[in-house]
Amino acid sequence: MRYLPLTAADRSAMLERIGAAHIDELFADVPADALQAGPIAGLAPHASEMAVERHMTKLAARNLSAGAAPFFLGAGAYRHHIPASVDHLIQRGEFLTAYTPYQPEIAQGTLQVLFEFQTQVARLFGTDIANASMYDGSTACWEAIAMAGRVTKRNKVLLSGGLHPHYVATAETMARFTGDVLEARLPVLSAEADDAELIAGVDGETSAVVVQYPDILGRVPDLAAIAEAAHAKGALLIAVVTEPVALGLLEAPGVLGADIVVGEGQSLGVGLNFGGPYLGLFGCREKFVRQMPGRLCGETVDADGRRSFVLTLSTREQHIRREKATSNICTNAGLCALAFSIHMSLLGGEGLAQLAAVNHGRAQAVAAALSALPGVTLLNNAYFNEFTVLLPSDARQAVRALADRGVLGGVALGRLYPQASQLHAGLLVTASECTSDEDIAALVAALKEVL
Amino acid sequence: MNAPNASGWKPEMGPAGSALPTTASGDKGLQLEEALIFELGQAGTYGVDLPEPEAAPVAGLSKFLRKAAPALPGLSEPEVVRHYTRLSRQNYAIDLGPFPLGSCTMKHNPRLNEKMARLAGFADIHPLQPKQSVAGAFEAIAELSDWLITLTGMAAVALSPKAGAHGELCGLLCIRAAIEAKGEDRPVVLVPESAHGTNPATAAFAGFRVESIPANADGRVDFDALVSRLGPDVAGVMITNPNTCGLFERDMKRISDAVHAVGGYVYCDGANFNAIVGKVRPGDLGVDAMHINLHKTFSTPHGGGGPGSGPVVLSAALAPFAPLPFVQRDDAGVAHLIEEEDAAAQGHAQSFGRMAAFHGQMGMFTRALAYILSHGNDGLRQVAEDAVLNANYILRSLEDVLDAPFAAAGPCMHEALFSDNGLAEGFTTLDVAKGLIDEGFHPMTVYFPLVVHGAMLVEPTETESKAGTDRLIASMRALAERAKAGDVTLKSAPHYTPRRRVDETLAARKPKLVWKD
Amino acid sequence: MTRYFTKDHEWISVEGDVATVGITDYAQNALGDITFVEVPEAGKALSKGDTAAVVDSVKAASDVYAPVGGEVLEGNPALEEAPELVNTAPDGEGWLWRQSVADAAELGDLMDEAAYAAYIAEL
Repeated sequence: MRYLPLTAADRSAMLERIGAAHIDELFADVPADALQAGPIAGLAPHASEMAVERHMTKLAARNLSAGAAPFFLGAGAYRHHIPASVDHLIQRGEFLTAYTPYQPEIAQGTLQVLFEFQTQVARLFGTDIANASMYDGSTACWEAIAMAGRVTKRNKVLLSGGLHPHYVATAETMARFTGDVLEARLPVLSAEADDAELIAGVDGETSAVVVQYPDILGRVPDLAAIAEAAHAKGALLIAVVTEPVALGLLEAPGVLGADIVVGEGQSLGVGLNFGGPYLGLFGCREKFVRQMPGRLCGETVDADGRRSFVLTLSTREQHIRREKATSNICTNAGLCALAFSIHMSLLGGEGLAQLAAVNHGRAQAVAAALSALPGVTLLNNAYFNEFTVLLPSDARQAVRALADRGVLGGVALGRLYPQASQLHAGLLVTASECTSDEDIAALVAALKEVL
Repeated sequence: MNAPNASGWKPEMGPAGSALPTTASGDKGLQLEEALIFELGQAGTYGVDLPEPEAAPVAGLSKFLRKAAPALPGLSEPEVVRHYTRLSRQNYAIDLGPFPLGSCTMKHNPRLNEKMARLAGFADIHPLQPKQSVAGAFEAIAELSDWLITLTGMAAVALSPKAGAHGELCGLLCIRAAIEAKGEDRPVVLVPESAHGTNPATAAFAGFRVESIPANADGRVDFDALVSRLGPDVAGVMITNPNTCGLFERDMKRISDAVHAVGGYVYCDGANFNAIVGKVRPGDLGVDAMHINLHKTFSTPHGGGGPGSGPVVLSAALAPFAPLPFVQRDDAGVAHLIEEEDAAAQGHAQSFGRMAAFHGQMGMFTRALAYILSHGNDGLRQVAEDAVLNANYILRSLEDVLDAPFAAAGPCMHEALFSDNGLAEGFTTLDVAKGLIDEGFHPMTVYFPLVVHGAMLVEPTETESKAGTDRLIASMRALAERAKAGDVTLKSAPHYTPRRRVDETLAARKPKLVWKD
Repeated sequence: MTRYFTKDHEWISVEGDVATVGITDYAQNALGDITFVEVPEAGKALSKGDTAAVVDSVKAASDVYAPVGGEVLEGNPALEEAPELVNTAPDGEGWLWRQSVADAAELGDLMDEAAYAAYIAEL
């Protein structure tokens, strides 16, 4: 087997050194009736690289990839062009096959990357500090809610109706077991986000208000106004950014008063990957640092006084605090954070602003083309690269009919909110720098056929 | 063949004993220093060519526009490639040498896996595409599920957890949901003191009270102590098997039976599954839930700290409570995604809910599937045998120079455990670990498990050759001798690394987490 | 002023109605460099044995328990900027919090200086 270096002769020599006659003697602690006598039934024997490749390629060919079709999906996962150097660099073995940098003397590469990543995220979000990444946006959002509870010592949380329903569901799962009281609501198909309801709902018991920016329907909430209302009652504002490219055009949430900013970093450097692995972004005010979840990399010096980096404040984490840890998470998304950081370095702040402007321009072109169709109405006043249109009937049928025509036309709200029939006419449509005029023409033509 | 350098030519060596010169750059030949990107980048430089925006922002956006671009440096592509390449050279990695980090299973990461995960049909598909357009993705997930279920002898698998600790949480939430469904109140989870720190952290997060169970003298769970604590308030136990001392829990089946007898559930931490894959099915030992770290046993890359993936296999008793979404085959064998809109209709109304957005770590599933197909049932069995063989070889090659607390009692599984007992006064496990860095290896796991003083946990994995393992043994023997002899140069190790020991106290007292100009 | 000690290596020093609590030199030595101290807020009610403070070193976070019940009067404000005081002056400037003593009888369960010295000599 190509991944196993030991030869039969090696194995014999090693057993001899050990003093065992047969490999089974090393499994003597396993009860005899639990030990498989031979290979486990029902599975195939080993296969060559060529055979595995043939099988996997066949499976992959049964999927319609985004690059092979006019593509307009978003809703928390975005397709952007990833520069070739990103994937090249993350495949360097020194990054790909390294462990968590617990030995700083031989992990300065990963550690410096994390320090740079933390700085990039903090600057993008307008927060004082950021951590070294989390599993994904949805889990980062829950961790922010839990952290707000530790900071405010309150447990009531207002979730905007514009928060991604998977993020809401993730938080609801966790809250059932922690005692946090979540007040969630469904989105309403209106041009404006639910700022007014949130401002009216926050009170002296509220730990945090959670607002997605831009929201699930592509609308842009007024974070400054919500922050002011939350702070007046001693509550925190948690801003959730599922499309970080938007922050090239929109003001940073931290600048607008958000106390914790979390997000999904997949847009930059990572790719769609059918939903994972992605990376959670987490930034907040410096005064909350000891309540933060996740790994942190800090600057220090070595024995010769040279600038060095090291994982720090680890006493918050599970391997030290055990049942008193701030979170049970022990993994970040290191390689995805690296990809994000490389892509961000290639763009720079000005490049990100330009990329955002291009995305917004493409979205305007799509919105104009769709609005011109009979029976199609644009919901949003404001949007970045994603907006909602209303169709004459359940958008799920339209999406399936479009797919039959080779067009991946958007995300039907019925897929996200199966129980809320009042939303089912809604179709979320996303554009990016990858969207061509031909793609738009194909969408318009196909939609004309199916409506 | 000519002998090399037959003429005996020698380069000019300079006067004997002369000090090495300093360099103006701070670099030393191939030892390259690297500034931060914030010190390298400048305004007006960029590494991506973009078109000009085609329109002004829509009017509704005007009050939300940012005043200035984010304060992030731009770099050209050559500068970026060089920056990250230079940084990469300051890392140790599996690709450079043995990485015997106990309980982390740092095995070779096959490059075929990387190639397969990058097929456009897997890497460039959106999680919310119409289901008809991603049938191959569901089939790939179902194939991985089939293999994991068969290898573990369990009833079902939940694939959405994002990492091992997330998988633990998934298992505990299934247990909690099952208990609630029966209308019971069982607030306590028992965790052996040798457990990985995530176990008690996870149990606490799932709302349970954690009680610790002692280990017995041979490094295993104290069966009598555990049984005496069982009762109607106990939701279950969390047991790592093979355990963190590298030993198989011989009483696992008896423990499971005893826990089941009082109405509790058995969670098995599958971090060490590599030692038994293809040889033992946890389902046969009475396990109700076990997470599988795909980045350990199934070779997906650690990537400097993630991403991981933590599928959880479940017994028939817990399967109905599995989180959404998951992939399930119909009677005709066709794989379907079960999510919120289909759960009730498909008989999954008892699911405890969703743990994260979308469907799990697809990029890890494709890598793990490629790995499993490559090894097949015979190869995976050989994986476990070679991993255990390599670990026992290390145990027996070092037990004369390092204290091995459980060696006399029998073989270990996939990792060999030593203590600092016998090192010279003032010399610690940390010194041995840092010395190993100078020897060109990544250190073993140190000070874990907590039940052994100054623990050194060595896990070679099956992808280490005998020659590689022999070199590691030779270095560890040399270090053990130096630490026992009180060689003071060991106290300042490592000496040959890009950085020497770093001041962790300074980092923690005055945290500096972002760069400021 | 009398100083009492616990088996968990806290000291408590009572002067009139006010008791001052810290960790012993033995404890700070075992913990190593202290990097952060979480002290209790004024007004917090403590029962004997409650976790009142947390002392972090690089590798460990240790709970500090209330030697006796009472109400917290103040946490040591100096520790926010200078946690190293717990290392350099555990018996003095590195105190953790001041509290009232709800039941003076609880002091009777604690060790005096000589008993504590004998206790740590056995460890």
